[in-house]
Amino acid sequence: MNAPVTVTALQAKDFKSDYKPVWCPGCGDYSVLTGITKALAMLGLRPENVAVVSGIGCSSRIPAYTTCYGFHGVHGRSLPAATGLKAARPDLTVLVASGDGDGYSIGGNHFLHACRRNVDLTYIVMDNHVYGMTKGQPSPTTEPDWSSKLAPGGTGLREFHPLVIALASGANFIARGFSGDPNGLAALIAEAVRHPGFSFVEILSPCVTFRPEQREWKQAVHPAPVEPTDDPARAARRLMTDDGFNIGVLYKGDRPAFSGKTSEPLQSVEDLECQFRL
Amino acid sequence: MDSTRSVSVALAGSGGAGVMTAGNMLLEAAAHAGYYGLMTRTSGPQIRGGEAAAMLRISTFPTDGQDDRFQVLAAIDWQNVQRFAAELPLGPQSLVVGDPAQGEPPEVFLRSGARYIGLPLKQLAGKIPGAWPNMVALGFLAGLIGLPFESVEAAARKAMKKGLEPGIAAARQGFAEASTQQAFLLEKPTARGARWLITGNEAAGYGALRGGVRFVAAYPITPATELLEWLAPALTKIGGTLVQAEDELASINMALGASYGGVPALTATSGPGLALMIESLGLGVAAEVPVVVVDVMRTGPSTGIATKSEQADLNLALYGLHGDAPHIVVAPNSVSDCVAATEWAVGLAESLQVPAIVLSDQYFGQARAVVDVPAFRSKAFERVKAGSGQPYKRYAVTESGVSPMAIPGAPGMQYTADGLEHNEKGTPSSQAHDHLAQMDKRARKISRLDPGDAWASIEGEGETAVITFGSCTGPAREALLNKKIKLVSLRLLSPAQPERLKRALEGVKRVLVVEQNHSGQFLRYLRGEYDLPGEVRSLRRPGPLPFRPEEILKAL
Repeated sequence: MNAPVTVTALQAKDFKSDYKPVWCPGCGDYSVLTGITKALAMLGLRPENVAVVSGIGCSSRIPAYTTCYGFHGVHGRSLPAATGLKAARPDLTVLVASGDGDGYSIGGNHFLHACRRNVDLTYIVMDNHVYGMTKGQPSPTTEPDWSSKLAPGGTGLREFHPLVIALASGANFIARGFSGDPNGLAALIAEAVRHPGFSFVEILSPCVTFRPEQREWKQAVHPAPVEPTDDPARAARRLMTDDGFNIGVLYKGDRPAFSGKTSEPLQSVEDLECQFRL
Repeated sequence: MDSTRSVSVALAGSGGAGVMTAGNMLLEAAAHAGYYGLMTRTSGPQIRGGEAAAMLRISTFPTDGQDDRFQVLAAIDWQNVQRFAAELPLGPQSLVVGDPAQGEPPEVFLRSGARYIGLPLKQLAGKIPGAWPNMVALGFLAGLIGLPFESVEAAARKAMKKGLEPGIAAARQGFAEASTQQAFLLEKPTARGARWLITGNEAAGYGALRGGVRFVAAYPITPATELLEWLAPALTKIGGTLVQAEDELASINMALGASYGGVPALTATSGPGLALMIESLGLGVAAEVPVVVVDVMRTGPSTGIATKSEQADLNLALYGLHGDAPHIVVAPNSVSDCVAATEWAVGLAESLQVPAIVLSDQYFGQARAVVDVPAFRSKAFERVKAGSGQPYKRYAVTESGVSPMAIPGAPGMQYTADGLEHNEKGTPSSQAHDHLAQMDKRARKISRLDPGDAWASIEGEGETAVITFGSCTGPAREALLNKKIKLVSLRLLSPAQPERLKRALEGVKRVLVVEQNHSGQFLRYLRGEYDLPGEVRSLRRPGPLPFRPEEILKAL
């Protein structure tokens, strides 16, 4: 199962496949793809030892745009699929790609439990506050007054705060990135992959088609003014008062990662029969 | 059934009376003495405690069906036991045993013409410090059916951690009381060779591991929970992994993820959980990821009757998936067949890279039976794994329809498993020719499956045939005993085997289709997939009550 030992260092381009993305010109997700591939190169990984797992949506198309093993599953279920994969194959590096609709709405319950379970995964959510693939409906992170065909005049609903929820649910690493800075993203993702347990990287990734005003995010983002903390109480206060544009690692916990496999085989399957024998 | 070859006894009482403990010991004692047997249970709606009944059948031959009537109904007390009246059919030959100190038996039990005798269980137990009435009842029932006392003692020694000596003394009291009764003595046992004591849920779990499953995702649901609970320590012992999921949407996707990683994977559930998993089973079909789901069917729709059996998830298992999604559906037809059927399902899923659903049910799952050591599948099935070779095409269109599957970690073979329609390389495609080629390929690998004799159990000969599946098989078999009637119990429900059934029904002029659901799902399925000969009649009704041989015989 293990790859032969190879010493050739790979570059970011070696992690990019030659498929042409379905994304619109100017989409933030292009830079996230670059950030991921740069991170994998920085980490010295081989593409055959990395799996990228996703659900449905614009962001979830990423697996096939890498040269890694990919799993493009059903809407909202990327985290469970990745959990099963990593629990069964702890030797693999598993990245999970999602968006604000896939990850926070239909997949919201899995987000809570993935944080809590603390499997050694890196969860990258490309947040553009809109359902892009279905052409512009409000997502859980959409502002309450954003008007759309499905919710004329806005939803009137408070936005979901993914970082606070991740912290409350037990994520071991919480960061926010911005797609306008692929090098910064690469460093953030590499650090998230290195950190044991469940690492959550929320990436502001503008949708220039349905949310053209998000082009202004470039001016709004700024590096987080403080060092990351390992104190959940301090992290909670920071995240609760956060303007939504602080970029960087915001929380680094030290909970041990989930380990599914409890032992090497002690018995053969046939040995289990003795409990049934009369 | 002739009561010298099979005796059915029930022991009822309120919560804490120890009827399940005593019932299990009676089954163990019967097994020790060389008999076959089966114990099912029923209880009130309370989470813990409440009235309960252990329902046993002890026989000289292997069976996991219910007899027409119980020969003996014994009760430690009668509180709310009348609630079980429909599950405890009695007749004029039956005996009702109760402690006079607990009052008279409910009228509903005596209306059958059953004879009532009082047995002062509490008083007899009271003579022995530390003894309980359930042990007196155990001894009495064992004596009544002719088990040797040494078997009762052996069962007690195996089961009891404390109060053993007083318990045995109490059982001896009950045993002695039985000698004064007109008894239901069984013939000498005929069991030869090794036997197992196993539930259908344990059997399915064990079959899964034999088939190679090493990853299980678990979300609790009655009546499948015990299957998952059996697997948890078993996987630990053999070096596998079990993850408790947050819901069934997660459990099926965890299983798919593990299987994509090359580790054969399974989850078990019941109807409500299967309904939630259906979308992702379609992903397993499209992305060609093997996975096995054991559906321990219970009474539906919705929450239904969670603790009772029904064969009403057949439509969901066969037709629930959106799009054209060929997959495997297998139904074990006895408690012990849960081993082989599940092992087979794992092999089929792995070798064909497709989801397989195993339709067990609550009756099998929670019944504890003394069975001959089950038959195993001898043929090993394995996933066709991709070696090297460039360029790798994950979904290559092959003659068999099966394409070699690369496992993450293999260099140069990276691909994306995708629920989007794709071309041979796995690249998403909305082209008509790619869709058709992949649909054909996925259908081909299923339709070419050669199940050999495993597709059905075929017994007897005659111009009339009973066609059934799952837990209706036991009572049907018994109804047809010594009759010139053929029994066909389908084990492979999807893909259908029309040619095989045609051959099996050669010369048959009348067919009775037996199934435990309200709408006749199995009949409709048979009519859709097969040409049934001559006159076709349907015997169907919903759960929760199991079919009994008499009911099937009447319909013939």
